This record gives sequence, structure tokens and C-alpha cells, in this order.
Amino acid sequence: MQTERKDPGGKAGGQVFLGLMLGLAALALVALLGAAVFMSEPEIGGLAGDVMANIETTGLANPVTAVLLDFRGYDTFLELVVMFVAVLGVWSLGRPLPPIVPAPTPVLGLAVRLIAPISVVFAGYLLWIGATEAGGAFQAGAVLAGAGVLAFCAGMMPDFEIRQPLLHRVLLALGMTAFLAIGVMVMAAEPGQAARTFLDYPDALGKWLILAIETAAMIAIALTLLALFQGARPQRRTF
Amino acid sequence: MFAVAGVALFGIGCMGLLRSGTDLRRILALNVMGVGVFNVLIATAYDPAGASDPVPHALVITGIVVAVSATAFALVLARAAGRDEDAD
Amino acid sequence: MIPDPGLPWVLLAVLAPLAGAVLAFVLSLAAAQIAAIVGIVTTVSVVGALRQTIEQGATAYVIGGWSPPLGIALVNDGIAAMMLGMTATVFVAAGLAASRYVQGERGVLFWVLFLGLWASLNAHFLSGDLFNLYVTLELVGLSAVALTGFTLKPAALRAALNYLYVSLGGSLLYLMGVALLYRAYGALDIATLASMFEPDLPSFTALGLMTLGLLLKSALFPLHFWLPAAHANAAAPVSALLSAVVVKAAFYLILRLWLEFAPPPGAYACLGVLGGGAVIWGSIGALRAPRLKLLIAYSTVAQLGYLFLAFPLLNEGAVALEAILLFALTHAVAKAAMFIAAGDIATAVGHDRLGQLKDPGRPLAPAKFAFAIAGVSIIGLPPTGGFVAKWLMLTGSIDAGNWLIAAVLIVGSLLAGAYVFRAVARFFVSRPAIAAIGTPVLVGGRGWEALGLATASLLLGFSSGLVEMVLRAAEPLGGSR
Repeated sequence: MQTERKDPGGKAGGQVFLGLMLGLAALALVALLGAAVFMSEPEIGGLAGDVMANIETTGLANPVTAVLLDFRGYDTFLELVVMFVAVLGVWSLGRPLPPIVPAPTPVLGLAVRLIAPISVVFAGYLLWIGATEAGGAFQAGAVLAGAGVLAFCAGMMPDFEIRQPLLHRVLLALGMTAFLAIGVMVMAAEPGQAARTFLDYPDALGKWLILAIETAAMIAIALTLLALFQGARPQRRTF
Repeated sequence: MFAVAGVALFGIGCMGLLRSGTDLRRILALNVMGVGVFNVLIATAYDPAGASDPVPHALVITGIVVAVSATAFALVLARAAGRDEDAD
Repeated sequence: MIPDPGLPWVLLAVLAPLAGAVLAFVLSLAAAQIAAIVGIVTTVSVVGALRQTIEQGATAYVIGGWSPPLGIALVNDGIAAMMLGMTATVFVAAGLAASRYVQGERGVLFWVLFLGLWASLNAHFLSGDLFNLYVTLELVGLSAVALTGFTLKPAALRAALNYLYVSLGGSLLYLMGVALLYRAYGALDIATLASMFEPDLPSFTALGLMTLGLLLKSALFPLHFWLPAAHANAAAPVSALLSAVVVKAAFYLILRLWLEFAPPPGAYACLGVLGGGAVIWGSIGALRAPRLKLLIAYSTVAQLGYLFLAFPLLNEGAVALEAILLFALTHAVAKAAMFIAAGDIATAVGHDRLGQLKDPGRPLAPAKFAFAIAGVSIIGLPPTGGFVAKWLMLTGSIDAGNWLIAAVLIVGSLLAGAYVFRAVARFFVSRPAIAAIGTPVLVGGRGWEALGLATASLLLGFSSGLVEMVLRAAEPLGGSR
């Protein structure tokens, strides 16, 4: 079981008092928050009007994907950086711990053989459909990662970090790299036109560039989630 | 309704975080708080007239990915910290 | 509408360290060299961004071709430009110092995290969008926590975990405020929101939540409980980054929000009181700290207090903002100098327990002098930047008739004098450590980076006009007062 935080003995009383005060403050805060939510009349629509007025230009029909990949693509770019940093953080914690996975059973193996191909097809479908309907890189990446986790538990997942460390690292960073590279590449001015800013896709290519970024992001998300699930960097050799 | 439920979850998460407990409980409390915020955001997107605002939906997707990454890191860090304290 | 900057230096300041991080990660070799090259590129782009602010005033770089409120812009006003400069200065010095500490395969991860934190901070200081700022807050928090626990010592891991709880909890409080604001106004862009902001209960609740979350992250008394352990247990160059820059990220956002959304005067007074409490409490903590790095960490609690102590003066005239920024910049370089010097001294002597700390000897002379000069700046004696900033706060508080602030300033300086002397006396007055005599200094540094930073804190005393000039050239967005 987890150990309690070690406090120097004398501070315990003060900590209880502080905790009590903080608890009261939190209650007051939530009451205020509730009042604020009740009192405020939500601004109907928000930015929906702006999104709908400009969605034609993006070449996408799904407004959520348009916001994620185009209007607020910079957010999504940084979010992939967050995932990258999370893997770095997990790997920086050193020694792998004994994994908490159940022992593989024949049923699990069968399930993986059935589910894995379906997952890959389904992920591809989600990625493609994301342009027009609900779906997209995150959903597709999560589906792939789910299949990967199952395969990992069944002991059937080839360990990329040990077999192909360079490729594994490339793929882990692929999502943010695609964003970065494509975002910078579109800045090159076409003849006779003013320079574009970062992530400002040309109208004609926009849809395809977004699909490329989404594909890269899907792969990176799936592998990142799997790496986070593993909880440590697989060790190549023993020192 | 969603908004009120969101505020309630956020409050429960806050209390859970402030009550001293195990690391696992704290991480769960943080996630409950997060779900509360996402609920409020989704409630904001709802428009009785029909079309909903896509921006909060996109924010929630981004928020969930951030939350999942942070949670995974927190769990591994908690195990690492707990392991060394047990060994002491 | 804020004009476009022309050359996208601000974009380069974010993308260069990120590209370097990816490259170092994928190649997994020559990470320190990649970090050095990227460090130079980033520093150059920060200088470019600073020049732009002085020449052109505030600028906004629109990402993706979608102007706010639909899209996101990188906003470079006077305050943001100075924060970028502060970050670059501290990162260059800490990076040089860190190159002695880390090697091998773990070294790669260190440099990738180092560059990731730098990019995150630059992105944070430049962002003009409330939700994007949530993402940058999380980025800064996660990479800072990972670096805190990087030594893998049990105390560091526990401190990192508590720091992570505070960081995530603070971010969620902030995000709830953002959600409420979007609910009320349907926008996330700060400038757009500022033009619509109504002083009603929901708006102030949202602002209050955001401020509370950020206060937690910037460790204002009594929410500082997590800071001393985290900053004292990290490796010295990391401590320098955490104390000098990372806590300022949350502070910067509070300052920015309050300048834009102008909460009621009572709130300013409230922060002022907490700031005063932080000055006294942190100084007492520093006086009682058994270890050198813990002393410096408590000093950060006290010094952060000054930043908030001057908040009530923000409504009294422009000089308060100038004082706060000068204080933040000087504290950054002085505190980073102290941590790096302390790290070098602790490596040479073998420990940092104040009771048994001895003169580290001649080879460590730069570190000793760096600590002393930085200490003079922390106390606030002339001719350092710390003195000028405190003098501006003092005259401001007397002009405003606020004697309480003046009193805290004077008492705080006396206490700072006492705790700085506590440490400096060990280096200069005590007999040299036996171990240091005749022992060549191999692993540790001599403190040259620290001396460079300490000199910067001196120079800021002479060039305080620069802060005023940058602020005046690029009227900050909320600087309408």
C-alpha cells in the first residue's frame, strides 16, 4: 500500500488546520461557482457562427475536425507536444517496474487475433470519416492503442523500442513533426503571392495536408498511448 | 443540467484532492475535477435551436488528451515515488 | 487590430527549441551539441523579437491565417518580450551549468526535456488565447515536473509528485474559469474578451478561479507549501530554471489577466496582503533552513511575495508595473545565479548542510562572489536591479500613502540581509574545508555561469531605464491606464 507523506511531527496539527481551512475555502468556491453558472445566461452559439462562415475554405465538412486541425490547429500541435513530453517524463523515471498485467490466456490470444485486424480497419475508417462526420485522428489513435494494449497483455506485441528503437522514436514524434514540417512548409510563398503564416494551408491542398497530419498524428497517438501504458522505457541491454 | 453536474463533479474532485489520502485517490480526484470541467464545456456547446458549437467539443477532445497524458505520467511517478519510500 | 510583426521571430522562438527536442530525441546522440546550437538560434530569435517590440511596438502573429477570435495569435507586447529575454538568459546559463551534470543516455532525455521546457515557456509568454494558455500551462508543468524528479532521488520524486498535483489542480481551476468565460462571452481570445468583459458575478467568479489556480502554481503564501521541497531537491541547474522562470509563468498570466480584466480594488489589496505574508514567512523559512538550497528555495517564496506586494500600487500609476517587471527580471538572474553557485559549491564541498559548510576555497572563487553579488541584489542594496525595483516600490507606496507596503519592504530587506549573510558567512569567514585544499575540482564547475548571471543582476540596476523603454515602446495590451 502507499505510504503516507512523511511530515516532521510538529507540523501535523498545523497541516490539519490548514486542510480544514482549504476544505472550507473549496466549499465556498463551489457554492460561488454554482451561483455563477446559474446566474449566467450562456452566450448561445459562441464561435459557431464564425466556424460555419469559414468552413467552406477548409475543405472539411466536420466542424469539430475543422476547429481541431485548421482554426485551432496550433492547440492540437501543442497537445501532441504534451503527449511527447509525457512519454519523456515516463521514460525519465528510469528502471522499468514489474508490469501489472494478467498472465496471457489462450482466450486473450484468440481475441487479439480477431480484434487487431478489425481495429486497424476501423481506425482507418475513423480517420477518413473524420473529415465529414464524427471521428478523427484521436479516436482512430485510441482504437489502435486499445488493440495494442490487448496484444501487449497477450504477450503478442512486438516491442518496437527494443527491435527498432530509431523507427520507434521517429514514429513517437511523428505527429508533432508532421505538424511542424507541414506548418513551416506552407509558409514558403507561392510565386506572385504574399508569404503565409505558420499552419496556413493553401486552399487547394488544405484537405490533403490535413489528412497527412492526421495520419501521422494517429500513428503517434497510438504508439504514445501504448508507451504510456507500458509505464517505462523498455531496456535494450542490461548494464 | 450538464453544467450543474459538471460543477458538482468539480467540487467533489476538489474535496477529494484536498483530503489527504493515497496517491491513487489524488490522481482519481484530479480526473473527476477534469470531467467536471469538460461537462461544463459540453453544456456550453448545447444550443436548443439545433446546431451545436463545435469549438467546445474540440476543446474537450484536446483537454481529454492532455488529461490522459498527465494521468499516465502521474501514475508512473506515483509508483516510482512509492517504490523508493517503501524501500527506505 | 494589433499589427503583424513582419519577420516571424516569435514563431522561431517557439519552433526552434521544439525542432531541436525532436531531433535530439530521434537521433539520441549529440543531444548536448544540438541543445547548444538550438540555444543559440532561440536566443537570436528572442533578441529579434525584443528589437521588434522596441521598434514596432506590440505585434500579433496570426497562426493559420485565422485571426482571433476564431484562430490563435502569438502576441508580443513589452511584457512578453521581457519574459522571453529573461527565459533565454537563464536557460543559456543553466544549460552551460547542466552540461557538467548530465551525460549518457539519460543525458539525451534531459536535453530533450530542457528544450521542451524552453519552447513551452516561450509559447506560454506569447500566447494570446486563454485555452491555448491552458495547454502551455500543462506543457510547462509536465516538463518542469519531469526535470524536478530527474535525479531519481526519493525526496526529489516525492517533491515532483506533489508539485505535479499542485500543477494539475491549478491548471484545472484555471480551465474551469476559462470554461465559464466562454460560456458567458463565446470567445477565448484575451483581447476580444477584454473588449466585452462585464464586471458581474459570473465574470469575476471565472477570473477568481483562474487566479486561484495560477496562485497555486506561482506559490503565493499560503499556497507555497509545495515549492521549497521541489526547488531544493532538484539538480541545481533545474532548481535555477524552476525558481527563476517557471514560477513566473503563472505569475505572468495573473498579471496579464488582471491588467486586462481589472478586478475590483479589494482584490488587489488582498493579493498585496498575501504578498506581504509571503515576504515575512518565506524569509523566516530561509533563516531556519538547515540546507543551503532549501534556504534559496525559501528565499524564492519571499521574493515572489514582493511581486504581489506591489499589486495594490498597480492602480496608482505606471511606475508599479515597471517596478514589478524589473523585480521579476532581477530576481530571475539573481536566483538562478544563487542556485548554480550553490550547486557548484555543494559539489566541491560534498554536501550543502549549512551547519558544516566551509569555505570551498580558491578554485570556487567565482561561485563565492556570484553568490555574494546575487545576495546583494536579493537583499536590495544599491547598485543592483533589486535595489532599483524595491526603491520604485517604496516611493510608489509612500506616494500612495500605503505605509504598510513600505514597512514590509524594509522589514523584508532586513530579513533578507540576515539570511543571505547566514550563507555568505560560511563561504568567506569560516576556515577552508580540508577536503577542498589540494583537491583538484573535477566534476563540479567553478561558478562562472553563476558569476555571469550575478553580473546581469548588477547591470539591471544601471539599465533599469530599459524596462521603462520597452514598456513604453510596446504599450502592453492592458496598459490603457
